[in-house]
Amino acid sequence: MLVIDGISAYYGGVRALDKISLVLEEGEILALIGGNGAGKTTILNLISGIIKPTHGTIMLRGEDIGSFSPERIVELGIIQVPEGRHLFGPLTVQENLEIGAYRRRGRQNKKKISDDFEHILQLFPVLGKRLKQRAETLSGGEQQMLAIGRGLMGRPLLLLLDEPSLGLAPLVMQEIISIIGRLRQEGTTILLVEQNARAALKIADRAYVLEAGKMRLQGSAADLLENVELKKAYLGNGS
Amino acid sequence: MDFSQQIAQYIITGLTIGAIYAIVAMGFNIIHNATGIVNFAQCEFISLGGMFMYSLAVLFKVNLIIAFFISMAGVALIGALIEMGPIRHARSKEIIILIFLTIGLSEILRGAAQEVWGTDNVGVPAFSGEAPIHLPGGAAIVPQHLWIFAITVMVMLMLRYFFKKTLMGKAMRATAVNRRAAALAGISVNRMVLFSFAFSGALGAVAGMIIAPISSTSYDTGIMLGLKGFAAAILGGYGNFAGAILGGIILGILESLGAGLISSQYKDAIAFFVLLLVLFLKPTGIMGYGESERV
Repeated sequence: MLVIDGISAYYGGVRALDKISLVLEEGEILALIGGNGAGKTTILNLISGIIKPTHGTIMLRGEDIGSFSPERIVELGIIQVPEGRHLFGPLTVQENLEIGAYRRRGRQNKKKISDDFEHILQLFPVLGKRLKQRAETLSGGEQQMLAIGRGLMGRPLLLLLDEPSLGLAPLVMQEIISIIGRLRQEGTTILLVEQNARAALKIADRAYVLEAGKMRLQGSAADLLENVELKKAYLGNGS
Repeated sequence: MDFSQQIAQYIITGLTIGAIYAIVAMGFNIIHNATGIVNFAQCEFISLGGMFMYSLAVLFKVNLIIAFFISMAGVALIGALIEMGPIRHARSKEIIILIFLTIGLSEILRGAAQEVWGTDNVGVPAFSGEAPIHLPGGAAIVPQHLWIFAITVMVMLMLRYFFKKTLMGKAMRATAVNRRAAALAGISVNRMVLFSFAFSGALGAVAGMIIAPISSTSYDTGIMLGLKGFAAAILGGYGNFAGAILGGIILGILESLGAGLISSQYKDAIAFFVLLLVLFLKPTGIMGYGESERV
């Protein structure tokens, strides 16, 4: 579905990514793991068109999207749920969700959008109780749910999730992880960026491991969970 | 006329001028929220509104209502062109540089207006006659004041509807809060900024047109009105929707009372004195509390 070939990118004058290649298959969950500053978020921002690669290509179903503007990429159905939530704080929960469906604006989608709206409230019942509240008044976990819900309102073909578990209580994290699993069953392709490698590998089909802007390892999630080297670096001992 | 009647009269005048300041302040706020800059060309939007109205209604004898809407659209277009040209293509995106750019643009527009219309003060006919309406208390009000109130209220209600109920309005608010998140939701930030300039142009034009029958108009009437609208925006809390209305009305009334009770020579000084006082005591303005609840 998405083929990234040999991209390099600079971030504030420093090389953030060095000739990264990556293939994302239709309908899979691909995890991108690595420590802080490994370049995970940079890859997402390249796909989303927020930053431009200095080298290499990004192809979506055979079309080079490397030079597209962020809004054009969203129109193609690639939707990023950014790290740190990036909600529209003073806007209400409902307004945040409505803006999630911005790319589908227009009369013909009205019914479908309101169906999706109901669907998201089923996925995250707590949001239903907070619709008229300003997004900035939600708890961390609720904000994360809203951020994901807002992303889903755009009916993504490809969902880019940046650190969805960051700062969440274990229970909320479990919930979000199970929802990611459900999304895949519904046919959404997911690129999941996580520092919590163990949690990511448990739901992903395949994974890439990044280190200081370079691709270190790749393979099936099951293999990587057993990988000795990776265990030492990211998975910790035991558990 | 006894004292209380006099006060009532000053307050009516103050409300009228305050309504104008409120509209101008809204124009400043909309662009500020979309871009973070202070658009000093807002002053020229006001002058141009008045002069377009004069040209159409007086020189070309166009029906007042039609002239009103054409002028509004014309200035909105000028606002849009300013954004599409110099603002968007400025090589520096530094706020302070863009603000200076708007000062330069303001000079250019004013110079052009002076070439076209000269420096004379010209009159625009009142929207519906000049015969004053006597109020029960003894104060009087000319119909144009009522037009100013009615149009201001309508403009505010329409803005409220737009920003609270339409997807485009919500998208503009979202862009004001977080540009990057807005882009990630598929919102074209450039287009939202363009809209904000067109809106501000239209708002400035409305202010210039509705005041023109009372105070006459010229190529540079917008400077003083614009700066006072700016003071009103600061007073209310820069970027705040309700604050613009409140700031405009407070400033208008203070100014009118000051002019009537102290001396009309101090009319303009009062606005800027209030501005300084606010900046000194509560820099965020009456309704301002930082970044939230903008627009």
